[in-house]
Amino acid sequence: MTAAVDVPEGRRTLPLAAPGYEPPQPRMAFFTDTTVCIGCKACEVACKEWNDIPETPFAWTGESYDNTSALGANTWRHVAFIEQRLPQITREAQEGRFAAPGDERVDLAGVGTSGLAGDPGAGSPGDVGSPAGGDIRWLMSSDVCKHCTTAACLDVCPTGALFKTEFATVVVQPDVCNGCGYCVPACPYGVIDRRPDDGRVWKCTLCYDRLKVGAEPACAKACPTDSINVGTLEAMTTMARERLDEVVAAGVPGAQLYGEPGGNGHGVDGTGALFLLLDDPEVYGLPPDPIATTKHLPSMWRAAAVAGGLLLAAVAAACTGGRR
Amino acid sequence: MVPAAELRSYYDRPVIKAPVWTWEIPWYFFVGGLAGASAVLAAGARIAGQGRLARSARLAAGAATVVSPALLVADLGRPARFHHMLRVFKPTSPMSMGTWVLTTFGPAAVGSAALAELRWLPGLQRVAEGVAAALGPGMATYTAVLFADTAVPVWHEARRDLPAVFAGSAAASAGALAAITTPPRHAGPARRLTLLGSALELGAAEVMRHRLGDLGEPYEQGDAGRFARASRLLTAAGGMLVALAGRRGRLPAAVGGTLVLAGSVCQRWAVYRAGFASAADPRYVVGQQRARLRARAGAPG
Repeated sequence: MTAAVDVPEGRRTLPLAAPGYEPPQPRMAFFTDTTVCIGCKACEVACKEWNDIPETPFAWTGESYDNTSALGANTWRHVAFIEQRLPQITREAQEGRFAAPGDERVDLAGVGTSGLAGDPGAGSPGDVGSPAGGDIRWLMSSDVCKHCTTAACLDVCPTGALFKTEFATVVVQPDVCNGCGYCVPACPYGVIDRRPDDGRVWKCTLCYDRLKVGAEPACAKACPTDSINVGTLEAMTTMARERLDEVVAAGVPGAQLYGEPGGNGHGVDGTGALFLLLDDPEVYGLPPDPIATTKHLPSMWRAAAVAGGLLLAAVAAACTGGRR
Repeated sequence: MVPAAELRSYYDRPVIKAPVWTWEIPWYFFVGGLAGASAVLAAGARIAGQGRLARSARLAAGAATVVSPALLVADLGRPARFHHMLRVFKPTSPMSMGTWVLTTFGPAAVGSAALAELRWLPGLQRVAEGVAAALGPGMATYTAVLFADTAVPVWHEARRDLPAVFAGSAAASAGALAAITTPPRHAGPARRLTLLGSALELGAAEVMRHRLGDLGEPYEQGDAGRFARASRLLTAAGGMLVALAGRRGRLPAAVGGTLVLAGSVCQRWAVYRAGFASAADPRYVVGQQRARLRARAGAPG
């Protein structure tokens, strides 16, 4: 692997990230607390209903209870479903028999990064207190557009169809989009996509129309366990951190926040959709270190200028060379 | 590649979306590069007093320029809204910058060729030729920035080398087409450009694959691998043929030039298809990001 450390290059920051910038109103954000998600998919349905999204051809994946599979042009909320076997150590820690409360944080923090795919046969069936080598746990998480601070989709959009709203959310204007498709591979989260029959790109708007009249987005409204929360980014960040502390103190393994500018959201300068996850992001199909590649534009244009110079030099050399 | 066992994913599903672009895009990259480099060659040949060669290159640039927008518009999800690109000038979007390069380059290249053929307004023709030549390198390389500015690992991590690959490929194709369409005794510069461009294309592609390391795997497998191998063979064989035998007659020049043109087409198809393979496999996306996180954690501060 040749990947080097990514050093952010000098780039004019957008007002949102600029120091001293006072937005006209607070930035709105999601906080999805996956610890209380029950995988009911009410958010998927409510989103489709409210936003009048075309149906998605149905097919059994045969993998899990997730038959939606991924976010897309016609899926703006997607509930992931993961079944894991917990190693014995985790079970004992959960039951408070393994470590003192103060130690749990240290012990459990390692579980998320080292992987939870514990060998099911590790504990022999006869072991007292470790039936078949550990418990099974289900992880469920409702994924959505991250509404990035530095949004690659918006940066690369050549028509201005994608824009930042007064709530600092990222929205496509369907009457402007001409379906060039550049935003699709630009999104580091694989969120935005083109509708084949319609030709334009679509994604979550954080219910722009509902926010405008002070109503919460349809997905949050429908969520029966308050796994999906909506509010100002500040409030959501506070809520997310408090909940993380609670969950860690309760001894749930692998808990981590996803999307904070100081954490794994740093490549996009933080997101407008925070998640409390119970395992590494990639387990949920999320990138562990996403970046808005437009941050590297200066070096890309420099490389293009050098290459263009080589082209000029080659033509000059060819035209001035000896007659043959 | 990072061992699959150490990488985790959500049922091996892609983390990022593959592009929705279709066959028009690699063909446009070829045709646009050909147009850009031909416009530079036209100006160079005229300055060097090679009128016959300048005419070939001018006509090639003009013809390729006519095809380019058609390919681009055809690839849009809403072709009738192509002009929505012209409502903004957006430096953060390589596609917007490319739109404006093409919008300026196009009339200049076509105008230069038409005015020269009709022998009208020689002053304006020179201005048009100059504008086209000035924007030619941009035409040949902005497409590399367009690909590099995506979340696709095999494109973004090649951001330093991709423009040189495209510039070399464009130079080789412009030289090759001019070597085909120009009588051999006037085509010396075209043959030399074919050789220089081919060398740059092959060298830059080699450096790119080397620097990509494990991420460059798509260039060795499947469709992208086949196009990459074909491109190497065609460009190397055609370049040699044009350089060694091109001045002896039109047939070797035509055969060699055609091979180089085919190699240039295959080069763009290799890059295009490699991107799809790279986006589809979460190993590339997650593996590269995990490596980056490890490097950052290991780096002081």
